[in-house]
Amino acid sequence: MSRFSIFSLARNAMSWHQNWPRQWRSPDPKPEYDVVIIGAGGHGLATAYYLAKEHGITNVAVIEKGWLGGGNTGRNTTIVRSNYLWDESGLFYENAMKLWENLSQELNYNVMFSQRGVMNLAHNLGDVRESIRRVNANNLNGIDAEWLNAEQVKEFCPIINISKDSRYPVMGATLQRRGGTARHDAVAWGYARGADDMGVDVIQNCEVQGLMIGNGTVKGVRTSLGDIKAKKVAMACAGHTSVVADMAGIRLPIESHPLQALVSEPMKPVIDCVVMSNAVHVYVSQSDKGELVMGAGIDAYVGYSQRGSLHVIEDQLASAMELFPLFSRTRMMRSWGGIVDTCPDASPIVGKTPVKNLYVNAGWGTGGFKATPGAGWCYAHTIAKDEPHDLNAPFSIDRFITGALVDEHGAAGVAH
Amino acid sequence: MLYIKCPWCGERDETEYHYGGEAHIVRPENPDELTDAEWAEYVFMRTNTKGVHRERWVHSDGCRRWFNVARNTVTNEIVSVYKTGEKPDLPEAATTKPAQVKKAPAKKAVAKKAPAKKKEGA
Ligand SMILES: Cc1cc2nc3c(=O)[nH]c(=O)nc-3n(C[C@H](O)[C@H](O)[C@H](O)COP(=O)(O)OP(=O)(O)OC[C@H]3O[C@@H](n4cnc5c(N)ncnc54)[C@H](O)[C@@H]3O)c2cc1C
Ligand SMILES: [Zn+2]
Repeated sequence: MSRFSIFSLARNAMSWHQNWPRQWRSPDPKPEYDVVIIGAGGHGLATAYYLAKEHGITNVAVIEKGWLGGGNTGRNTTIVRSNYLWDESGLFYENAMKLWENLSQELNYNVMFSQRGVMNLAHNLGDVRESIRRVNANNLNGIDAEWLNAEQVKEFCPIINISKDSRYPVMGATLQRRGGTARHDAVAWGYARGADDMGVDVIQNCEVQGLMIGNGTVKGVRTSLGDIKAKKVAMACAGHTSVVADMAGIRLPIESHPLQALVSEPMKPVIDCVVMSNAVHVYVSQSDKGELVMGAGIDAYVGYSQRGSLHVIEDQLASAMELFPLFSRTRMMRSWGGIVDTCPDASPIVGKTPVKNLYVNAGWGTGGFKATPGAGWCYAHTIAKDEPHDLNAPFSIDRFITGALVDEHGAAGVAH
Repeated sequence: MLYIKCPWCGERDETEYHYGGEAHIVRPENPDELTDAEWAEYVFMRTNTKGVHRERWVHSDGCRRWFNVARNTVTNEIVSVYKTGEKPDLPEAATTKPAQVKKAPAKKAVAKKAPAKKKEGA
């Protein structure tokens, strides 16, 4: 792998940047692997990377039915934060946050992680109480969190409307200064390049259509490019997890929904932080290109169409207008949808399944981008040791039977 | 935006309705005897069908009555609308799950997916 540096940049400038090597191979699948990962989104690729890097398991394939990073990884609004309520989630997402803070160096790839601060607004007394409780819980877990009153909110984000006359007045906000955004594609590309360099095969345009199972143990996958044997198989296929799990006869508490986002035409910098509001259903940041990036809640119905209904976007823009009257004449450039895998307690499932050597990482719903490095790291541990790491042990499928749910509806809200 | 035909009021915009989740999940008759796993199955586990999905809707801004819809979750085509308490058979073609019957030869799959319109979220 040729490393990126100021010197390689200068060297390649001499040849008009025509001679940069390819960043990963496009290999044909081998007949057998130690581990096959289904889905080359950020989670699948990060898992492959940490399997190779932390556990020395390099005979690994990541199988992707489309192109790598083309699922939710390439469609999300890139908000990263770790201010979740419960100890289980707080520790889990904070571990991911620490990995984010060094990710560009780790991967020698600029993932443009920008710790610009994430504000979650409170619009009523219930919100205020819940938010302050969460700030306190975060502080107890060593996660940075602050409570801002309405004036401090305005100071942190001057274009926000804090008028008492608005339908849902801003009463304050939680702020995580270490939160922010990252370049989603770069995360997938950086992990793919790093994993490929250690010998992992990333196989695109190859759909898993069945699982080979004998004696309650998984033996491999049936794909559109033929059968591939595997000692272990790990799902990282987000919105399609129920479809793949069904191939093994496993039922999950997951439902797939369309989730939409949109961007405006590029404009000069107006907002240098991330603002999220669960109560009025919108979240906004501005990309380095100058586009406003906005997302909303999921479409209500189960859907696999990667598109949602227009009225959801209309609601979301009405909310944005209420908070930022300044946006009124901004034109929207494009919108799109992803398929998010929602779980009843708004927490993910990362662990073993009833089928031996088959693992599941799913249920990230509307908020799994922020977890990408941490999920990959914990999932790799789970696969390598056939035992979850302490950090992801609470996120088993069994919790839906034992009742030990990790209810993060307050922290996850509509959003991320 | 879906157009849904309420069995009582006729075709209306999706915004008049609320979604009620998967249909035909029957409340257990013997709650005292259920194991934790059986409760989990009833409360949490869902079919999440890719293909024709039977689901409940309520016409909340209209007659406020509940009914069932069979909708293809990939194309959003509504295959059938029927009243609560009914469960008509669906046309054979509508019930096959696309994910599992599809045996596209490799080349075709590539051809179909290669000219991908890249969706980019900033
Ligand atoms: C509009 C939108 C906004 C979002 N905003 C945020 C946000 O601001 N912050 C945040 O933290 N999260 C956000 N999320 C959620 C986040 O994007 C996801 O939780 C996360 O990216 C999931 O990563 P993944 O790698 O598991 O899934 P994906 O990137 O979806 O990867 C799964 C891959 O599996 C492949 N696959 C599926 N089935 C098969 C098969 N049978 N064979 C082979 N391959 C298969 C798919 O093609 C896909 O590429 C958002 C999501 C959406 C849609
Ligand atoms: Zn009606």
